[in-house]
Amino acid sequence: MKLTEEEVRYVAGLANLELSEDEVRRMCEDLGEVLAHMDKLNELDTGNVEPMAQVLYDAGETATLRDDLVRPSIGQEAALANAPAARAGLFKVPKVIER
Amino acid sequence: MTGGIASLTIAGVREGLAKRCFSAEELAREALGFAEAENPKTNAYLRFAPERALEAARRVDEKLARGEDPGLLAGVPIAVKDVIVTRGVRTTAASRMLADYIPPYDATAVARIEQAGGVIIGKTNCDEFAMGSSNENSAFGPVRNPVAPERVPGGSSGGSAAAVAQGTAVVALGSDTGGSIRQPASFCGVVGVTPTYGRVSRYGLIAFASSLDHIGPFGRTVRDAATLLQAIAGRDECDSTSAFAPVPDYLAALDGPVKGMRIGLPREYFRDAASETADLVMRGVETLRSLGCEVREVSLPHTDYAVGCYYIICTAEASSNLARYDGVRYTCRSPHSETLAAMYRNTRGEGFGAECKRRIMLGTYVLSSGYYDAYYLKAQKVRALIARDFAEAFGEVDAIVTPVSPSPAFRLGEKLDDPLQMYLSDIYTITGDLAGIPCMSVPCGTTGEGLPVGMQILTRHFDEAGMFRLANAYEQSGGR
Repeated sequence: MKLTEEEVRYVAGLANLELSEDEVRRMCEDLGEVLAHMDKLNELDTGNVEPMAQVLYDAGETATLRDDLVRPSIGQEAALANAPAARAGLFKVPKVIER
Repeated sequence: MTGGIASLTIAGVREGLAKRCFSAEELAREALGFAEAENPKTNAYLRFAPERALEAARRVDEKLARGEDPGLLAGVPIAVKDVIVTRGVRTTAASRMLADYIPPYDATAVARIEQAGGVIIGKTNCDEFAMGSSNENSAFGPVRNPVAPERVPGGSSGGSAAAVAQGTAVVALGSDTGGSIRQPASFCGVVGVTPTYGRVSRYGLIAFASSLDHIGPFGRTVRDAATLLQAIAGRDECDSTSAFAPVPDYLAALDGPVKGMRIGLPREYFRDAASETADLVMRGVETLRSLGCEVREVSLPHTDYAVGCYYIICTAEASSNLARYDGVRYTCRSPHSETLAAMYRNTRGEGFGAECKRRIMLGTYVLSSGYYDAYYLKAQKVRALIARDFAEAFGEVDAIVTPVSPSPAFRLGEKLDDPLQMYLSDIYTITGDLAGIPCMSVPCGTTGEGLPVGMQILTRHFDEAGMFRLANAYEQSGGR
């Protein structure tokens, strides 16, 4: 199995991922091979199986919501400190809307 | 001063401090100097944190001077995998994407280490965003196996395993999503532990696959690994998936009897019975039998589906988790982009390495419209079958013993061009993560070429104590 270049480009678009021509060709092979292995799961009849979205185990207390209390957070300055571009307390990004 | 820092244990540090053979600050300075001098041999560390380490060490010395309890990990030099955030200390996930990222907070595991008196000396190399089985996917160069420098240390926590094996840290933190602690522990000849899912808070662990990610310890002895887990385990309200279950006293449980413990050998994990790895693991099993364990065969019938199941779930979750790296918040932004959409695409194209891109693509594909049911939902159902296999086996036995990896450490470059072969080598470790049960690698000897091999022990949810007891009994018997 091998994906087409169109399929790879479509998925890369969904993932917002720029790929070079070389990377696209490589992905056709690599993804195809791994997906073919994944198709092995179809050998199993899972008609009566509930999907497992997370690890479940017996536990007494299962409340996972904390009380809704106001608490200090890291603050605007720290939150923006790693931004590649920030100004006036905001993240800066390239122009989104044309005038 | 310490008389052999490379073989220190946590108990050795405690004794040295108590007898005033060295202060915590002196030990931290020696450890930093030794680690920096040794690092060119392996590239295990991406950076050191001398200021933070010395500050932590001085706090220990002050407590000792005041006669206070300095904590379970007092003065112990510790390395932390670079996917676990450290406030003010650059944390990169071994990716160009986060090359300049300075976290504004500490992971809970890091905070608990320092509360217990631990001294974090540096951040260790790993596969980019913890994706890989060889540590060759680091944006900052591969790690070399300290036992055999032309070979990989395993991955993704290769730097942490190498640091402990090399003796530059007494214990280390790693993360495990599909074997990333146990496999490098096996390849480097140290102990590596993946606790029960939810046993250790993931707050501050850079997310790869959230339903599978774990933080866990490395040590040169079972006792040291258990001690580090003791310090970091337990409910954390910053991580809603962390478990409420009380944390038992692992160290008190270590020396209990193993006579009569029922050990299961899953036949699906021993098909390659002719290999040197299987021989060494079977010798380990014989040692356990001689300690009074009852050994029987069990079956985990869905084992052959685990690799497909795992790589659907982990790539799907990774594609979602890595969507946050968009050039807006996390330091890296492509400089040549006119529009917002181009900035997203170019930043991600330039910031991620080949394996991350492959997994983002796979994950996006299996989640995409028309494929979700066929791949992701199907994999979640198969995951339930794999978890059920373990639940049924644990009706008959108290622990399961298997190889960690089909083969010992392979050569650098050997599998780099064949992603499927690399994924298939994870077969024995991913099942434990899928089921969410505790599992560990304990050294069980070396091959004719001198390469370490690990024996994997798996137990029921939250039975780390039983797992440690068995591993410790094996280690004490001189099994390795």
